[in-house]
Amino acid sequence: MSLELIVVLLVAPLVGFLINGLLGKWLKGNEKLSGWIGALAVLISLICSIIAFTSVHSGATPFDETLYEWITGETFAFNIGFRVDALTTVMLLVITGVGFLIHVYSIGYMHGDPGYTRYFAYLNLFVFAMLILVLGNNYLMMFVGWEGVGLCSYLLIGFWYDKKSATDAGKKAFIVNRIGDFGFLLGMFTLFAAFGTLDFASLFDAAEADNFQKVFGASTLVIATLLLFVGAIGKSAQIPLYVWLPDAMEGPTPVSALIHAATMVTAGVYMIARSAVLYELAHTGEVVAWIGVLTAFFAATIALTQNDIKRILAYSTVSQLGYMFLGVGVGAYASGVFHLVTHAFFKGLMFLTAGSVMHAMANELDMRKMGGLRAKMPITHWTFLIGALAIAGFPFLSGFWSKDEILHSAWGSSPIIYVIGLVTAFLTAFYMFRLIFVTFYGESRADPDVASHVHESPPVMWIPLAILAIPSALIGLLLGWGGHESWFHHFTKGVFPEAHHEASGNVLLFMAISSVVGLAGIAFAWMRYSKRAPSDEPTNALHKLLANKYYIDEIYNALIVQPIKNGSHFILWQLVDNGIIDGIVNGVAAIIRFIGGILRRLQTGLVQAYIVSMVLGIVLFLAYYLFFG
Amino acid sequence: MLLSTVIFLPLLGVIAIVLLRGLGASAVKGIALAIGLLTFIISLGLYTGFDAATATFQNVTQEEWIPGLGISYHIGIDGISLWLVLLTTFLTPVCILAAWNSVEKGLSGFMMSLLALETGMLGVFCSLDLFLFFVFWESMLIPMYFLIGIWGGERRIYATVKFVLYTMAGSALMLVGILALYFQNNNSFDLTTLSGPFRHSDLLFLGFFIAFAIKVPLFPFHTWLPDAHVEAPTAGSVILAGVLLKMGTYGIIRFCLPLFPDAAATFTPLIVTLAVIGIIYGALVAMVQPDLKKLVAYSSVSHLGFVVLGLFSRNPAGIQGSVLQMVNHGLSTGALFLLVGMIYERRHSRMIVDFGGLSKQMPVFATIFMIVTLSSIGLPGLNGFVGEYMILFGSFVEGAFSKVYVIFATAGVILAAVYMLWMFQRVMFGTLDKTNAELPDLNAREIVVLLPILLFIVWIGVYPKPFLSKMEKSVDVVVTQVKTQSATGHIEERKLQNSQLALQGTQHEKNEKEAQTK
Repeated sequence: MSLELIVVLLVAPLVGFLINGLLGKWLKGNEKLSGWIGALAVLISLICSIIAFTSVHSGATPFDETLYEWITGETFAFNIGFRVDALTTVMLLVITGVGFLIHVYSIGYMHGDPGYTRYFAYLNLFVFAMLILVLGNNYLMMFVGWEGVGLCSYLLIGFWYDKKSATDAGKKAFIVNRIGDFGFLLGMFTLFAAFGTLDFASLFDAAEADNFQKVFGASTLVIATLLLFVGAIGKSAQIPLYVWLPDAMEGPTPVSALIHAATMVTAGVYMIARSAVLYELAHTGEVVAWIGVLTAFFAATIALTQNDIKRILAYSTVSQLGYMFLGVGVGAYASGVFHLVTHAFFKGLMFLTAGSVMHAMANELDMRKMGGLRAKMPITHWTFLIGALAIAGFPFLSGFWSKDEILHSAWGSSPIIYVIGLVTAFLTAFYMFRLIFVTFYGESRADPDVASHVHESPPVMWIPLAILAIPSALIGLLLGWGGHESWFHHFTKGVFPEAHHEASGNVLLFMAISSVVGLAGIAFAWMRYSKRAPSDEPTNALHKLLANKYYIDEIYNALIVQPIKNGSHFILWQLVDNGIIDGIVNGVAAIIRFIGGILRRLQTGLVQAYIVSMVLGIVLFLAYYLFFG
Repeated sequence: MLLSTVIFLPLLGVIAIVLLRGLGASAVKGIALAIGLLTFIISLGLYTGFDAATATFQNVTQEEWIPGLGISYHIGIDGISLWLVLLTTFLTPVCILAAWNSVEKGLSGFMMSLLALETGMLGVFCSLDLFLFFVFWESMLIPMYFLIGIWGGERRIYATVKFVLYTMAGSALMLVGILALYFQNNNSFDLTTLSGPFRHSDLLFLGFFIAFAIKVPLFPFHTWLPDAHVEAPTAGSVILAGVLLKMGTYGIIRFCLPLFPDAAATFTPLIVTLAVIGIIYGALVAMVQPDLKKLVAYSSVSHLGFVVLGLFSRNPAGIQGSVLQMVNHGLSTGALFLLVGMIYERRHSRMIVDFGGLSKQMPVFATIFMIVTLSSIGLPGLNGFVGEYMILFGSFVEGAFSKVYVIFATAGVILAAVYMLWMFQRVMFGTLDKTNAELPDLNAREIVVLLPILLFIVWIGVYPKPFLSKMEKSVDVVVTQVKTQSATGHIEERKLQNSQLALQGTQHEKNEKEAQTK
């Protein structure tokens, strides 16, 4: 591996962005070309990633080099530098692999959109930023990518900018993420104050050797890791900052697949896996695990009652991200990252199939207006089914392996967490198959107009689906066979510290329990929804609460957004600025004018008056000296 | 000589316009632009000839001016003023070009004011003599007064008077401070020979600081700014935000910190509190502004709060970040005012509600606006991030104050995204109103005005080293001046020293008097 390879890997999508961004005007007439330029850029990155992967796989020492000095002074140095080890290459392959397929898919999906070149420019820029995030050899580089992907997410969510709901969602995503970034920044500052560097290699070495400034005493690392985790909560949509992700579905569906399922939202999990050394030393994993499992459960309950297929997938993503945090939180770093990988495939696949459905149904998203699509869209149906089986933990499909590893590790940490995780697995299978049965089975409930036009998607769209279906089905078996002795654990061994929580109990027993729970969820969904659509009105109070997503958005709006807006307008601007401060300023001016007005009367210009006052003055002085002097 | 040329070339331009204005409007514009560009090109020589290895003043010229009063024409630059000089010479031709078609009456007067203003601003940044500094500082007010008062909007008189009175109030205090320093410095105004500690340093510090705080403007001295910005013509706003505000922060770093380190330490908690209030308050008030120019004006209050915070962190990273952020703010806020001006020329409105959906109608405008917005928000890869990050990181890691301040300041980063993106959404996104459906996109001249700024926005964001390395030594000197004096002295020790020095001072005066009587 060489620096040149990494630079090519990184810069290819940037070049794609510049071509589509700057020359978009001239490419407009030829949208195929524009799309293929975008896809080609990512293909180059993919090839470089594969080369990097083989190099690491063959046992090369981790690559760690500086490209140039960025922000440096005598006492601080922040460089643009790259680190490529097993964890990096896993991420690289996911980003460029899934990314490439989604670029290809988009060529068909975005056909005819007036913003075609802009779309591919943004998508390339996203890949570039995401690559920076995982390639950086220090926290600041990670943060640069972190913010960069946030920007692209903002731009792509609000891609159809004449829709207010879309631009609202984009803005919400950016701002909520900024709240997380606030924590991330302070976490970085704390780390630098303690270690004098943000470079992973030297920072982790110093941490392990306990050789650092205890700026906050014994809790220095606790504070640093928790602050970083605030960043992860924002970026990876966990409680309480998950609210932006469901709204992010306003963006084009391939964007949801790439950014809001497969890659960007997993950045928080990557960050914690990367910082595993610190989380182990600080023992803050437990917080991570609890937030993770509660989010997993909470989001799954909301997903039960939604009828918009993309929203169901979005809540499902929030929930699955919770599993990943649960994994890395209990110290099963490899398992958490493994779930990240499998999830990238099966969730990316499901989003793309959802896009395929929308494509056929004139952008309809409400599954109550679908039904029976299986017959007209066989490929979409089958590929979706594979994705759903994978997420439901159907035996031997990919999600089965990764989720089971996480639950197994959770048992070793806390049986309560395990039980919540298991219940969530049941809910997951249920809501996912509710989606399948309502959408693809039963009678068609679509408008006759729409129904007559339903068709299978063109090859440029279904081929990526078919390709993604393969890893969604098999990757777990290939990489995860053997649990903690699996290929994946072996490959990433050098990156993560030894797990403290030894997984205990019979592996096969855990697998059996997970399988039964998943199958039960599917069966339950079959009983309820194979023949009928969900009711339009919530049937009881709990249903209503869930259908309205626990009213969290409304609560945030009433407690945070409105008070800040009104307080700024009426108290800060109108009262303090215009009333008090300017009141004082104008008041002083008015007083001076008033005094000046009085004094002016003295300057009458009449010599007599001056003489009178002069004489008066002399008399007064004389009187003073005579009586008091 | 080079530095004097840079400072006075614009004044030569003023004379040229006086003589040649009979040739018509295009000649006047041509002369102004040519002089502006020439000044910028010559000023680049200051950069290329600048020795980053030393902190001493460079390009120094010292000539006696009024020797009887110890006043000299003493100018020079260091790694801090270098950047402000370049920012000034860069923004002036940009403003001249931006005002190309927008001035309807008194074009030659407008251009003369701009050029005279440039000389005044450059003089402020280069003066090494307190008297000279004060002369430039005050002289700058006159062309600015005209710019807002003649070419301004409807309430221009109120705004101008407010601006001038605010500034004069500060100047009066500063003048007292300057005179006090003069008498304590053997009747000399020479900045380079000044060395503390000074008697009544707390009061002197405050005198200078309030003058600068008004200019910055630091909360709660800021209310002149929104009015001045709203009424000023575009070029005036750009210069006002881009350069004039920096005079305040420049003054702090040139006078307040190195001359009165103890007083600076004493007042740090108060000042930093005001800075942080300014960051959050400015952002929140900016958020609810219905007028684009006011929004940008309040955002300046927030941004400059960061700069003051960094200066009073009194460590290299924080102060370097602040100096860089002065330049950054000049670029991105300057660009924002230019953009607002361009849209105002088309639509004759600055009200956010009058817009919406402009992305569709003006894609080039929208793209540039987006980049500048992101720069202002502090997105990594663009200039604003580097400055803000250094300020916050410097303040947190080894700042001279509690980390709690930094936590609140960092929260300002969230708010910046809120007010800028919300504004952007309302202006650029959504459906296009019928009244806006005919607005033309940027023309070639306007793109030429903006492109150089964009270039620097990206350059500083990606590779700030050329900027940081030139200022490093000079900033270090400020830091040591602040540290050595304030660190060595426990307060009691300082007081003792002060009183001894005071004694020596009075002794000195006595001796002199005796000598005179003899």
